[in-house]
Amino acid sequence: MAGNGFVQVDKVSKSYQRDAIKVEVLTNISLTVPEGEFLALMGPSGSGKTTLLNLIAGIDRPDQGSVVVNKVDIDGLGESALAKWRANNVGFIFQFYNLMPVLTAYENVELPLLLTRLSKKEKMEHVETALKLVGLADRIHHYPRQLSGGQEQRVAIARALVTDPALIVADEPTGDLDKVSAEEIMTLLERLNKEFKKTIVMVTHDPRAAEKAHKVMHLDKGELTKG
Amino acid sequence: MFIFRLILKNALRHKLRTFLTILGICIAVTAFGFLRTIVTAWSAGVEMSSVTRMITRHKVSFIMPLPKSYREKIQTIADVDQVTYANWFGGLYKDPNDWKNFFPRMAVDPETYFDIYPEFVLSEKELADFRKERNACIVGTKIAKEHGFKIGDIVSMDGDIYPGKWDFVVRGIYKGKDETWDETQMLFQWDYLNERITQQQPTRQGNVGWYVLRVKDQNAMPAVAREVDELFSNSRAGTKTETEKEFQQSFVSMSSAIITSLEAISYIIIGIILLILANTIAMAARERTREYAVLKTLGFSSVHIVGLIAGESLLLACLGGALGLVLTFPISAGFAKLFPTFFPIFNVEDITIILAVSVALLAGIIAATFPTSATLRTKIADGLRQIG
Amino acid sequence: MIVPLKYIWRSLWTRRLTTVLTLGGIALVAFVFAAVLMLAHGLEETLIETGSEDNVIALRRSATSELVSQIERDGANVLLSQPEIAIGQGGKSFASTETYIIINLGKKETNDMGNIVVRGISPQAIDLRPQLKITDGRMFEFGKDEIIVGKSINAKFAGADIGQRIKFGDDWWTVVGVFEAAGTAFESEIWGDVEQFMPAFGRPVFSTVTARLKGKNGFAALKSRMENDPRTQYIDLKIERAYYQEQSKLMSDFIKILGLIVTIIFSIGAVIGAAITMYAAVANRTREIGTFRALGFSRPSVYLAFLVESIFIAIIGGSVGIALASLMSFFSFSTTNFSSFSELAFGFRMSPDIIIGTLIFSLVMGIFGGFFPAVRATRLKVIDSLRAAS
Repeated sequence: MAGNGFVQVDKVSKSYQRDAIKVEVLTNISLTVPEGEFLALMGPSGSGKTTLLNLIAGIDRPDQGSVVVNKVDIDGLGESALAKWRANNVGFIFQFYNLMPVLTAYENVELPLLLTRLSKKEKMEHVETALKLVGLADRIHHYPRQLSGGQEQRVAIARALVTDPALIVADEPTGDLDKVSAEEIMTLLERLNKEFKKTIVMVTHDPRAAEKAHKVMHLDKGELTKG
Repeated sequence: MFIFRLILKNALRHKLRTFLTILGICIAVTAFGFLRTIVTAWSAGVEMSSVTRMITRHKVSFIMPLPKSYREKIQTIADVDQVTYANWFGGLYKDPNDWKNFFPRMAVDPETYFDIYPEFVLSEKELADFRKERNACIVGTKIAKEHGFKIGDIVSMDGDIYPGKWDFVVRGIYKGKDETWDETQMLFQWDYLNERITQQQPTRQGNVGWYVLRVKDQNAMPAVAREVDELFSNSRAGTKTETEKEFQQSFVSMSSAIITSLEAISYIIIGIILLILANTIAMAARERTREYAVLKTLGFSSVHIVGLIAGESLLLACLGGALGLVLTFPISAGFAKLFPTFFPIFNVEDITIILAVSVALLAGIIAATFPTSATLRTKIADGLRQIG
Repeated sequence: MIVPLKYIWRSLWTRRLTTVLTLGGIALVAFVFAAVLMLAHGLEETLIETGSEDNVIALRRSATSELVSQIERDGANVLLSQPEIAIGQGGKSFASTETYIIINLGKKETNDMGNIVVRGISPQAIDLRPQLKITDGRMFEFGKDEIIVGKSINAKFAGADIGQRIKFGDDWWTVVGVFEAAGTAFESEIWGDVEQFMPAFGRPVFSTVTARLKGKNGFAALKSRMENDPRTQYIDLKIERAYYQEQSKLMSDFIKILGLIVTIIFSIGAVIGAAITMYAAVANRTREIGTFRALGFSRPSVYLAFLVESIFIAIIGGSVGIALASLMSFFSFSTTNFSSFSELAFGFRMSPDIIIGTLIFSLVMGIFGGFFPAVRATRLKVIDSLRAAS
């Protein structure tokens, strides 16, 4: 093991097959994220930021190299073990919120808890706590279409928090929001990191969003650089 | 259960599409049930057979007559309890091109026929009146209703096999012992037929169409068949004796090609059900590719996803199937009313119900297979990338 | 402006799976529709071709088929002495007095028995039916216990090969030849000498008389004269072709009605499938529709685009169905004809009418399936469409 960060990425490579063409997205990338860090990954389109994020979150596997999160070698886990790991250890925030349109805010946040053995009462407590945290306690029975973009994203964040994961992964969380809502979301993320000590890895285009992070790194042509 | 609520809500997302899918499946299942009912109705006669009756007919063909004198000889066989006989009269009633005017008309022995066929339910008085008058006839309740026959009415018709003008007086209306017995027959006295024929075409007198035997014990049947046919093996008119069931079955097999075709078509219907359902489920699954990917990121496993897809598929299949099955009954009843004499017995059998339910379930499962395997194969990252 | 055909075609191609499934449904319905029509048509052709316009057939009045008809020798002689009857070989009337009997034979493929027509004929019967040809063996000799069997009997029933003997009417009859009759009903029959059959079956009378007319115009006069003669009043004369047409009517109607019911039900299913597909197409392409409208395409052109797409699917599906149905002409169908109570083999026959009818039927299905979805497509407001998620 090269380093001992909370998130430790070692010499990973990843390529995709697009019809007949093989595209090398990441080549020999290594990254160390200490516990409690708030990292922003920036770079031009197609640079592989989202791919790297997916590898860290256990949504995808590297062709070569290893990914270790909180001392667990996730690229060595089988599919169902990986699914379980995700449920307990990672919270996702997407650019397009990705809420289930047929479920209310409450039910959306409750989803991850269905995989646990908590009692109905315990589930309710967790959900209400998460929704209060993001400031949406008064909208819990609304459907996504009845919420504004900013509110939807906050529901998504509540969903990401409800199982109390140590790692939060965010892919362009403010990409679809106006200035005011974006500001609100970033403040929320900052609070999660400072107050609740969540390790956050965020991909963003938005320089203002990147300002809130501790550290910014650039990914370009497969190379990771500071700054 | 939460998963079930999710399935239901998903199905209600596109109300029109869900409604059309259920409607399509419903119609197809109704058609399936209806066709199957026709197929089973065709063999209804076989089910009507009794376990102790046998039929003796001319060896070469059912069409050819047997001498009445055979009766005495047949009665000498030990295991034969009772012997009766009948002739197919045929005849043309009113407009022969109209379906409704075709019903079985037969000349029978009034003394023994109803003894061998207790399934004809008649009052004592009606039977007595029938035996008293030479040109009396008994008709079934279905044709009595269809043609408005009442006791005392005169029914006239032209003979074809037995030419001339014939008049019969209705002296009894019979019911079948249950819904499996034909209530469309008209029976009259054999002697009436024979007397006319003796006058008009004397060479044809003294002949019956076939004999019906009642055998004391089921197990004796093969032996009886052999013995009867032995009796007449050297006569001019050789006989073939078989159980009533075999006899009825031979009629069914005459139309076996048509029956097979109807069965084949009923299977094609299953294909149509599948196509409609598979189309809808595939569409729904494709629309929700991103959602399934998100569920996977949250930690739901493939089993859960398959459950959602298959669950919705089965839900639609079962709703459509149940509705379709319920509709099969009134449609079959309506058809039976329209063509009472063509299929005298037209019931939706249990086997049809079982088949229809199985078909719906099977369709629900099969329709989900392609979308399921596609979804399972899709990597989470690709699924998230999907638009719409 | 009309929405380009290329767009319509590509849209179908993009959603291949859905398109194929919908197409499959329509093809299936078209197949059943065409196949049923082909079967009824094949039945009619087989039976009608059996009869000729130049021949007249005499049956007992009100006999529904040859099976129940009886003609006495005297009556037959009176008929044959009429001037309208053509003269054949040896100066005798060009006619055949025949007897029509049914026997049972076992089928080769299943364990069932079938009712087979055994027809006793006179020497001129073969010439009376020019479509008849001996294809194997030879014609039987009159006066002997010999018979020839039709192609269909030879193929489908046991014990009907050349050299084999069949027992009926008290006697054993040797098969000496197989004949073809251009696919007509005769191919399902066994033929022999009428004067041998009658005593063997104990029949003193003929079933029918078939004779060639000198000229078709003679029919009316002949018929009325026969009806007024007390010796022949019981005899009914028909043109042979008309008689066989009647014989097919019952079966043909039955097939058509059953087929129609089945097809209607199927087509409702197919239309529903098409509608589902088209509604989804509209919903998925809301933004595209908005773009077209913004570019200047009118409402009717959008409507037409979707309707044409639906019709496209239907016509292609219909064509596939027709192609599949035409494969059915390799199969022959053999069952008991309700009217004559005897075995009849016939095939599926395609005709231009059936092709056109099936295509029109498919077209109608496409229009019904696409009608309402297309209306929905036009109702969308431009601005809403462009804003919509794709």
